[in-house]
Amino acid sequence: MSWEVRKMIDMFGLILILLSIFTIIPAIMAVVMKDLLSCTIALAIMSLILSLYFYLLQAPDVAIAEAGVGACLTTALFIVAIRATERYEGGENED
Amino acid sequence: MRKLAGIVIAGIFFISMMMLFYHLPASHDLSSNEYYYRNPINGSVANESIPEHYIKYTKNETGAVNAVTAIVVEYRGFDTLGEVTVLFTAATGVSFLLSLAVRGRKREEANLILKEGSKLVLPFILLTGAYIFIHGHLTPGGGFPGGSVVASGFLLMMLAYPKFFMKDRISWFESAAGTAFVVIGLLGLVLATSFLQNFIPVGTPGQLVSAGIIPLIYIAIGFKVGSELSAIVNKMKEVQG
Repeated sequence: MSWEVRKMIDMFGLILILLSIFTIIPAIMAVVMKDLLSCTIALAIMSLILSLYFYLLQAPDVAIAEAGVGACLTTALFIVAIRATERYEGGENED
Repeated sequence: MRKLAGIVIAGIFFISMMMLFYHLPASHDLSSNEYYYRNPINGSVANESIPEHYIKYTKNETGAVNAVTAIVVEYRGFDTLGEVTVLFTAATGVSFLLSLAVRGRKREEANLILKEGSKLVLPFILLTGAYIFIHGHLTPGGGFPGGSVVASGFLLMMLAYPKFFMKDRISWFESAAGTAFVVIGLLGLVLATSFLQNFIPVGTPGQLVSAGIIPLIYIAIGFKVGSELSAIVNKMKEVQG
């Protein structure tokens, strides 16, 4: 294994790869799940992990904005909107 | 069929995003040709690239230790005015749409722990938000994240108390802050040479009172974003109860 490859697969790179996997899993869950409330929580988790990712990539400005807007305010607005409409995707109205 | 179309569209998007990686410069190679500023009128080229200029001279030119803030507010201040306008338009649209909606059902009282705990936590959330936007030129953060933290504090109060509403006076804050931003820009036009140019002495970089107009503009943006987002949340709560 050459030096560059070993340098790429160091600890920091591993953490970044793990974090990106943890970012993708809630995103896919948000697409797949039918319960919109669970989707919102999944998106909030995604934003939280994404802000950690931004922090590790030395963009603390973006990390603060992502944690404040993505994980907090957007979640609240989505929950209010779900409360006004329907909780389940596909028209079955079970509140 | 729809799933197939979705997969194809997502695939095209993914490939085009991946193709961006070919156009990224190698790390620390900021002096490549694409980054030189070329004057559109006479075609002359500056003798250093724009990223290099930002990295080398930001601290002396603007007095801000945080280079991101210096770029957002000072070098690209006009773009920030545009961003603030976009947020203002969104808030206006939300309140216009929701003014037509019917009032929702009543909500029951929150429990004791949430009510008392939110009272205890609110000052600290507001303090953190104010710290983030006042210290925008020294530490990471700025008007937009600080304002959203302030708004999240009011959101907590709205969740805990069903009868907690923002007063209509909050729109005064919003318009005053927006006007302050534009007035500071116009003062730059009058006292210096161009719109949003710094006209206050820069001071010692690293101190709270330094960096000229950057803290002033960021305080204005913080108030504006905080009041706008609180107004949006407040409007949705008014409709939903």
